[in-house]
Amino acid sequence: MLDHLASIGTRAGDHRPFPRFDLDREAWAALVATLAEKPDWSLVGLWADTGIVHMALREDASGAVAVVSLACPEGRFPSVGGVRPAAIRLERAVQDLFGVTAESLVDPRPWLDHDAWPIRLPLSADPPDPLGHPEPYPFLPVEGPGLHQIPVGPVHAGIIEPGHFRFTCNGETVVRLEQRLGYVHKGTEWLMAGRSVAEVAKLSARVSGDSTVAHSLAFARAVESATGAAVPARAVWLRALMAELERLANHLGDIGAICNDAAFAYMLAECGLLREKVLRAADACFGHRLMMDRVIPGGVAADLADDGRQLLARLVTDLREAFPPLIHTYDEKASLQDRTVATGRVATELVRRFGAGGHVGRASGRGQDARRSPGYAPYDELDFEVPVFADGDVNARVWIRIREVEASLGLVRQILDRLPEGPVHAPVPAAAGQGMALVESFRGEIMTWVAVREDGIVTRCHPRDPSWFQWPLLEAAIEGNIVADFPLCNKSFNCSYSGHDL
Amino acid sequence: MLKTIVRNLLRGPVTMKGPAPAEAGIEELASRLDRAARARLGRSLSIREVDAGSCNGCELEIHALNNVIYDLERFGMRFVASPRHADVLMVTGPVTANMRDALFRTWDATPDPKWVVAVGGCALDGGLFKGSYGIVGGVGSVVPVDLHIPGCPPRPIDLLAGLVALVEAAK
Repeated sequence: MLDHLASIGTRAGDHRPFPRFDLDREAWAALVATLAEKPDWSLVGLWADTGIVHMALREDASGAVAVVSLACPEGRFPSVGGVRPAAIRLERAVQDLFGVTAESLVDPRPWLDHDAWPIRLPLSADPPDPLGHPEPYPFLPVEGPGLHQIPVGPVHAGIIEPGHFRFTCNGETVVRLEQRLGYVHKGTEWLMAGRSVAEVAKLSARVSGDSTVAHSLAFARAVESATGAAVPARAVWLRALMAELERLANHLGDIGAICNDAAFAYMLAECGLLREKVLRAADACFGHRLMMDRVIPGGVAADLADDGRQLLARLVTDLREAFPPLIHTYDEKASLQDRTVATGRVATELVRRFGAGGHVGRASGRGQDARRSPGYAPYDELDFEVPVFADGDVNARVWIRIREVEASLGLVRQILDRLPEGPVHAPVPAAAGQGMALVESFRGEIMTWVAVREDGIVTRCHPRDPSWFQWPLLEAAIEGNIVADFPLCNKSFNCSYSGHDL
Repeated sequence: MLKTIVRNLLRGPVTMKGPAPAEAGIEELASRLDRAARARLGRSLSIREVDAGSCNGCELEIHALNNVIYDLERFGMRFVASPRHADVLMVTGPVTANMRDALFRTWDATPDPKWVVAVGGCALDGGLFKGSYGIVGGVGSVVPVDLHIPGCPPRPIDLLAGLVALVEAAK
């Protein structure tokens, strides 16, 4: 892939650690055609800046990652969505925020813009006034005897983020789900542009609160790549420690919550207690239950407290004792299995086409894990398994989490045993550049791209949450299931609204 | 499963002691709660949670209130699925422009007497997102707020203290 990109584009100099190639319009259009013939080149991200559009790609077999860019002063570029459907929503977002149009976009409806902002095209050079007469969002048409629609949201019945779901049903059976998101759009990328690295780090930590460590880490590593910063070894290991604690807490919470949505509250109570133990340990060690703002560019903001090592070792022992009986319970209860097995299936082919990662991808046979490929320190020195299942149902997504809890417990143990001494932070050098990082959150792969000026101002930052490539698959997962199983399917995905809407 | 249940029965509950009501919370509330409403409310609260734009950090900690450690229901408080059943709206996030109508309509659908508890730094004044075109500001700029619980996100113990203060003040 890299050879091909080098042959059609010009290598840009200041992009690290992955190469970036400037393409002209013809080369971009040719690349889109090539993508149609190369199913193993997955889309990693698509985003814009003033007058330019970027796309990140990965060759699954070799693990090579690269960014391609097209200057589009006229605000138009050949759409990628036709060959990579995962790009469709990203292209709609680019259109809403920058006014950069993807030509022949399969679905040109607005996505994040609900015509409620005081300006339009907020990230464009010259934002126009709003239209001021919001029209009803044109949901996809449905026709047929016996069909009815159920609109749900944005305010849902549980303690959950806002979004709108439009179910078309035949009796109890869902024949189509259409999502409408964007309700949590806070203008995060707009706020990030033109602010200091430290300020953007804080915003990054709040892209999605449940993966605050992973998003902070992705931003920090992108900045460090851009500026050539060296991170002290102890900080690198502490970051991994925090990331694994975050994964543990989220997976434990999810396992309990999924079972609860299958009317098995016992698991929620037990897993909720374990999750609480992890959060309390994180609080005692790093001074924040979710470890927000603890990973910063150049290192970490808080060293492990003196008794932290013992405390976490005890946590691992506790969980290793308490977790297996719960899994046994999950596995042996027919009433629970009856709800999770064969429910909410996603085909392997679909997961590949969308490049979905995390528990959604791995439950459907796509074993991509950013900790392994492209990989980052200290995971290259750690021993862990990346579980992959093929069934693609709710049960498989639960089992991915179970296996990952076990893997994370092993990782925490290894990190505690080998945690190096030394400083935990080094200053970020004053250097300009563009950087990119791929980080595995509990939910899947986060891509963060950043451009930094020499004076430490971030001119553009684009965090791409894994949810972008998972949300569309939920629409496919629910098809043919009953309405009552939607909460179960939805929870087994657990996509982020905030991370997607930004 | 049976083994765990028996062990839990022998061990007794893991629930932690409830916090004392926070002074600041009571003060903030006192001026707003009228006597008649207090008499009607008794010691029971139904809470409807509304995410009006949060990063979901606050939601995680609100969820924790339901776990066996904090066990909110022992205080007579519970989360309900509809604003029609609620006494309290617990609102998080800097209210996004795209959520303004939904928040207002949820508040409007909640029967009187009702209280609004704004949770987290963003809910006060937009927090880190202040100044963005995408938000309209704190919860107070859309619906009247009775109590604000600060934090990013507030710990469950702070949420609990705020809620207990609300009930204590409403006696």
